[in-house]
Amino acid sequence: MARIVVDPITRIEGHLRIEAEIEGGFIKDAWSSATMFRGIEKILKGRDPRDAWFWTQRFCGVCTTVHSIASVRAVEDALKIKIPPNAQLIRNIIMGIQNVQDHVIHFYHLHALDWVDITSGLKADPAKTAALAASLSDWPNNSPTYFKAIQDKVKAFVASGRLGPFANAYWGHPAYKLPPEANLMATAHYLEALEWQKDVIKIHAILGSKNPHPQSFLVGGMSIPIDPDSQNALNADKLIEIKRLLKKAQDFVEKVYIPDLLAVASFYKEWAAIGGGLGNYMSYGEFPDANGNLWFPSGALLNKDLSKVIKVDQGKIAEYVDHSWFENSAGAGKGLHPYEGETEVRYTGPKPPYTNLDTNAKYSFAKSPRYEEKAMEVGPLARILVAYASGHKETKAVVDLVLGKLGVGAPALFSTLGRTAARGIDALLIAQQTPKWLDELIGNISKGDYRIHNNESWDPSTWPAEAKGYGFHEAPRGALGHWIKIKDQKILNYQAVVPSTWNSSPRDAKGQRGAYEAALVGTPVADANKPLEILRTIHSFDPCMACAVHVMDVDGNEVVRVKVS
Amino acid sequence: MSIHKKSEVAETAEHGLETPGFSVGEILKQRGVSRRDFLKFCTVMTAAMSLPASFAPSVAQALDEVKRPTLVWLNFQDCTGDSEALLRAANPTVGEIILDILSVDYHETIMAAAGHQADEALESTITKYKGKYICVVEGSISMKDDGVYGCTSGKTHLEIARRVCGSAAATIAIGTCAAYGGIAAAVPNPTGAVGVKDAVPGATVINLPGCPCNADNLTATIVHYLVFGKIPAMDSKGRPLFAYGKRIHDNCERRPHFDAGQYVEHWGDDAHRKGFCLYKMGCKGPGTFHNCPTQRYNEKTSWPVASGHGCAGCSEPQFWDSMGPMYKRLPNVPGFGIEHTADQIGLGMAVGVASAFAVHGVVTALRRDKKPEETKEG
Repeated sequence: MARIVVDPITRIEGHLRIEAEIEGGFIKDAWSSATMFRGIEKILKGRDPRDAWFWTQRFCGVCTTVHSIASVRAVEDALKIKIPPNAQLIRNIIMGIQNVQDHVIHFYHLHALDWVDITSGLKADPAKTAALAASLSDWPNNSPTYFKAIQDKVKAFVASGRLGPFANAYWGHPAYKLPPEANLMATAHYLEALEWQKDVIKIHAILGSKNPHPQSFLVGGMSIPIDPDSQNALNADKLIEIKRLLKKAQDFVEKVYIPDLLAVASFYKEWAAIGGGLGNYMSYGEFPDANGNLWFPSGALLNKDLSKVIKVDQGKIAEYVDHSWFENSAGAGKGLHPYEGETEVRYTGPKPPYTNLDTNAKYSFAKSPRYEEKAMEVGPLARILVAYASGHKETKAVVDLVLGKLGVGAPALFSTLGRTAARGIDALLIAQQTPKWLDELIGNISKGDYRIHNNESWDPSTWPAEAKGYGFHEAPRGALGHWIKIKDQKILNYQAVVPSTWNSSPRDAKGQRGAYEAALVGTPVADANKPLEILRTIHSFDPCMACAVHVMDVDGNEVVRVKVS
Repeated sequence: MSIHKKSEVAETAEHGLETPGFSVGEILKQRGVSRRDFLKFCTVMTAAMSLPASFAPSVAQALDEVKRPTLVWLNFQDCTGDSEALLRAANPTVGEIILDILSVDYHETIMAAAGHQADEALESTITKYKGKYICVVEGSISMKDDGVYGCTSGKTHLEIARRVCGSAAATIAIGTCAAYGGIAAAVPNPTGAVGVKDAVPGATVINLPGCPCNADNLTATIVHYLVFGKIPAMDSKGRPLFAYGKRIHDNCERRPHFDAGQYVEHWGDDAHRKGFCLYKMGCKGPGTFHNCPTQRYNEKTSWPVASGHGCAGCSEPQFWDSMGPMYKRLPNVPGFGIEHTADQIGLGMAVGVASAFAVHGVVTALRRDKKPEETKEG
């Protein structure tokens, strides 16, 4: 049996290593290892809870808003702060465009090259490409001239002999199945999406100063003031610009992303039966209205059973470290709830440089979160399945439309292709919904409501001596939770259980695989030296490894004194 | 191949960065980039480098003649925020950077190859262009326990940095983590994280701190290098003066409100809506050297102060410890003029003086029309 290693897994955020055993052209077993660690949660101890969003935002620069949102929510929960409706709407718009932009970048720039052979597009007929594109949507760029120009650009690039980031890839691999015209179309949209993403995300700059790492979050609300009569606040000019950009986002998703997704998927339908994995799904739900009701519902599904949605209880989450490079004084096989979480990093892997990890022992810096001891998959697929199973009207309509166009049934969603399709469905739903939150915000402003922050508990002297709270956020990559304990106005303990930790987790004490590992089992591999198929399934999760890895510290451990007051 | 007579600076730059292929100008022409657009780009870059506009033709000529240089981008203890910043670059766009201007031979976030094919791409590039490629590092480097807290392809980031940065013509440490260790190096620095210069002392390093770095400053640095064939003038913290030579406070659009004593007191109050000074809300602009107020972000759309939130001081070394807590005002802000660079002001403000925050500092808000007025903190 051959063991292969893919390290680095590229076109993801962060540092991920996959080891897999291959037998008879299929993956028999797989191990997922996170190989980078920073320890930010440990660094957070003793600091001002109001600063935590800024620190945790640096867990990740790709999903650059998600930890800020979860963090301010955790502190607001601990201090019983209710934020003004406008702050909630601004957060919804920020989360909405983050989700849409992130999914488009994932599809074109991180995932597409698993399905699209750029070099094959050089053989395409531009006129036929335009005809293909025009049959899918009425996007204005669907002309032979446009595709010819793109093809010439790529030809000149290839002729220069310097392929840069496209060098040494799997071009010509037998698993690539798109005709040249579809390859050229996708290549053109790869370049177009690069332009598009930097434009639409200016919404974050307008509402939060910049992207990545927007800077207008506050415990209690947002820092971007509202005043139609001021140049230094959210005024009509800025609101109209946001509206224009949201329209641009929606147009691209409807007329380019979804048509491309359906076109590519129709050539790879066998991937609707590959990469299913765990079959347990969890979503925290998202986009609260002024009363706190969520637009996307929260829930969990077990064993691919869409008939029964289980209510999520944060008290049933625990993390295990039996195969992670951490120590846990609770003892082997014991998990700890994030409030009581306890971990000390202790690397026991091979001394670098190494060729293989000892996967019978500890083999990752990611921990193993479990829900009632069960491994769960989180992400757009989980979110869409939970919404679909809960009867969420908008979701049901789009899912049925996509399944109908591909001519497959709902079980096709439990797969690598299903994950990729669900991400598109998610982007479409949110791209269509976000303008409504902007309209609500404009409605509030026209009624004279300019409130963006609740000041009541801003001053730490008003806080109780001790408090604790948690914040859930259904991020682009799935269920994210932050837990905080506050004592004497400072962070006593801070813990995050992150989507990519759920998905990338190593085995737990019972030997249950994490979501990546489970999904890889049974995946075909045509050429062990060019494991393109591993990338397809792993990329379908959209890994974010900087998020996945963090250390949690024990309550009552010796707190290293942080030199700030 | 160039239609221009080669300038001396271009000769020097080319000597350092020679790679097979055409000149940047030729390549852009082939790609259908008009001469007019190219010159426009050169003008923007000239401004970004704080050079007089009359330099634009020299920049254009030098870029015309420099051949498409090789770049490798390494991700270590990072959050990929600086790579994302690169994706938002507008002058040029990342598409132009990848296809036209640089040969980006290794960048894990965007490259098609993975695993050992990716490894081979890096190896062959650094061997073939030894001493001639530009290396960009994103993220800090863990030094503790022989660097086991950061590994790629079974090798420690420390080992990779020593090899790749050690053989580069120059290394750009992009973002505060690569420059100074950043967030991972904040107290108690669990992994012994440091910046590139500390990990590989022999390397030629340009620091472009910021959390994340402004992509325009990255492009301007690369263009500066291509045009003049040498790294830009830097302050004692290794930062190019063209981007980090002035304090946020001195270029801030809200400075007149500071001078007039008009401050935001509460989030969302009348002063906040009118765009008054955020100093009392914890703004670290008075202690931070960076060109945010003029360069701004996302195609000059905005920057933190313009969104109603104070500067966090993110381009200063160890700002995570020295500038925090975020909403506590800086003590002892003197009325330095803009002629003072970071080196002259030194560590006098708050940087490294953590204990200063324990004392109820007395803040001096200098007014031009009267003698210094003292504002009690509280």
